[in-house]
Amino acid sequence: MTNASPPTITLSNLDHLWFQVAGTTCNLTCQHCFISCSPKNKSFGFLSLEEVERRLNESIKMGVKEYFFTGGEPFLNPQLTAILQLTLQYGPATVLTNGTVLKEEWLEVLRAAEDASLYTLEIRISIDGFSPETNDPIRGEGTFARAMKGVKTFVDFGFLPIITIARTWPDEEEQEIVNRFVEMLKETGYFRPRLKILPTLQIGAEEERTRGYFESERVTREMLNDFDQTQLICEHSRIVTDRGVHVCPILIELPQALLASSLADSNGGFALSEGACFTCYQYGAICSNPSSSSAIREAKPRA
Amino acid sequence: MTATSGKIRIACFGGIYNNYLALQAAIHDAQCRGVDALYCLGDMGAFGPHPNRVFPLLSEHAVQCVQGNYDDSIGNSLDDCQCGYTDPRDNHFAQISYDYTLANTSQVNREFLRSLPGSIRLEVAGKRVLLCHGSPRKTNEFLWESTTSTHFLERLADEYAADVIVVTHTGIKWRRKLSCGRHFVNVGCLGRPENDGQTNVWYAILEFDSSHGCQIEFVPVVYDYRRLAQEMRQQKLPLEFVAAVETGWWTTCLEVLPGKERRAGQY
Repeated sequence: MTNASPPTITLSNLDHLWFQVAGTTCNLTCQHCFISCSPKNKSFGFLSLEEVERRLNESIKMGVKEYFFTGGEPFLNPQLTAILQLTLQYGPATVLTNGTVLKEEWLEVLRAAEDASLYTLEIRISIDGFSPETNDPIRGEGTFARAMKGVKTFVDFGFLPIITIARTWPDEEEQEIVNRFVEMLKETGYFRPRLKILPTLQIGAEEERTRGYFESERVTREMLNDFDQTQLICEHSRIVTDRGVHVCPILIELPQALLASSLADSNGGFALSEGACFTCYQYGAICSNPSSSSAIREAKPRA
Repeated sequence: MTATSGKIRIACFGGIYNNYLALQAAIHDAQCRGVDALYCLGDMGAFGPHPNRVFPLLSEHAVQCVQGNYDDSIGNSLDDCQCGYTDPRDNHFAQISYDYTLANTSQVNREFLRSLPGSIRLEVAGKRVLLCHGSPRKTNEFLWESTTSTHFLERLADEYAADVIVVTHTGIKWRRKLSCGRHFVNVGCLGRPENDGQTNVWYAILEFDSSHGCQIEFVPVVYDYRRLAQEMRQQKLPLEFVAAVETGWWTTCLEVLPGKERRAGQY
């Protein structure tokens, strides 16, 4: 069964502008990465300060509300602190990091930049287990200790990082796992931990780790009846890479997801033809800072 | 509304959250300051005790009201408050106060809530004023100071053809000047203190005159919070809510706060 005519979503307002600021380069090689980032994956390149500045200026007339920076590992981009300093003059910024490549002098700069700004600088740190035994098989040997050191460094500099956790456990274990995370973070000295739990996306490395999407896992037109479309990232976001403007941070490798070279021209419709669109539909708001729903939205039966 | 005698002043109240004691104090304060009209931006219920005590005050003092997400929910007996929380602990506490408020709001008052408009437009001294609950485009959108860029607000002012946009929903006051003498203001709320360790709450007075445009003043309201806390205990509302009233620090609904606003609080 194929999804012959998937529903199309057009951009209503460009609220969230994302930057693939470190391309696909990462110091880690996580088993569940949906774009298979690694030290050797150079398929997308770094964005320069000048390119980000050009896009920030372009974003003013679009009325962008918030900016997000992802990779790869953003802190591998040597211009990242300068980029965040600049962005905080335009609006709120969020950076998604693995927390393992920090230097204290960068955090001093970022603390001063946030203090001088009207806007918040949110730090999202990815950790996938509350212990080396649960985290390291997914993120790599020794990464739990290194990421927790990163959490402590951000906390010491007055940030309240959002610990971002991919859900790699059965639903019935969720509460217990969340409790263990909170306990572990408090023991480390992070006394009011913020958590965001994300569904995994069955593409990239995760497709090898578990499975890809079934053909039945697609969004259909009837599933959008009475559905709040603002829950879908492509309804209010775009992402800039070194190739141009793409529909969302998850599908950058898909040829049809590259929409235009300018933000203004990237508001056309996008067909929700991918399995990842199904996950986005099921959980909602998977890329924004507040936690997405833990309850799966039940897909209505297909015609 | 036209400025026939110079200045026009309107008082704008944010969410009341059943805090009829703060509402009473705010109405009295605004009347003493000689305002021309009273408005409330919605969310009459939640959090506090005795929901029905809010409504006679609104009616007796001709407070014109916008419908908030809570009012839509209570008015239509929905399952939850539509506050827009995503964290399980936030939702747990929100549900306790929602179930209490729904069970204790009379049919007549539910009808009143159901009848309220989603926004109110005014023309005051040549300025186009838009009163709404969360944002002009979505009733339960949170517009926090630290996560709302100025050019986003400019876009809202353009799209909704407004010189002054007035909202509540977050519970923390802030304002920003926009281009062409336009303004955005979040008036905070009357329902609970704003997570600053103080027990007072806030409302805003907007003053218009044709030569100076719009001036915005935030007004602190001191009220009998000890009595409110006592009544909340008597109604067996969560002690976490009582603590927020008595200390001025939020103990619940924390996960929706952006980093900057969260850091300013104690929890």
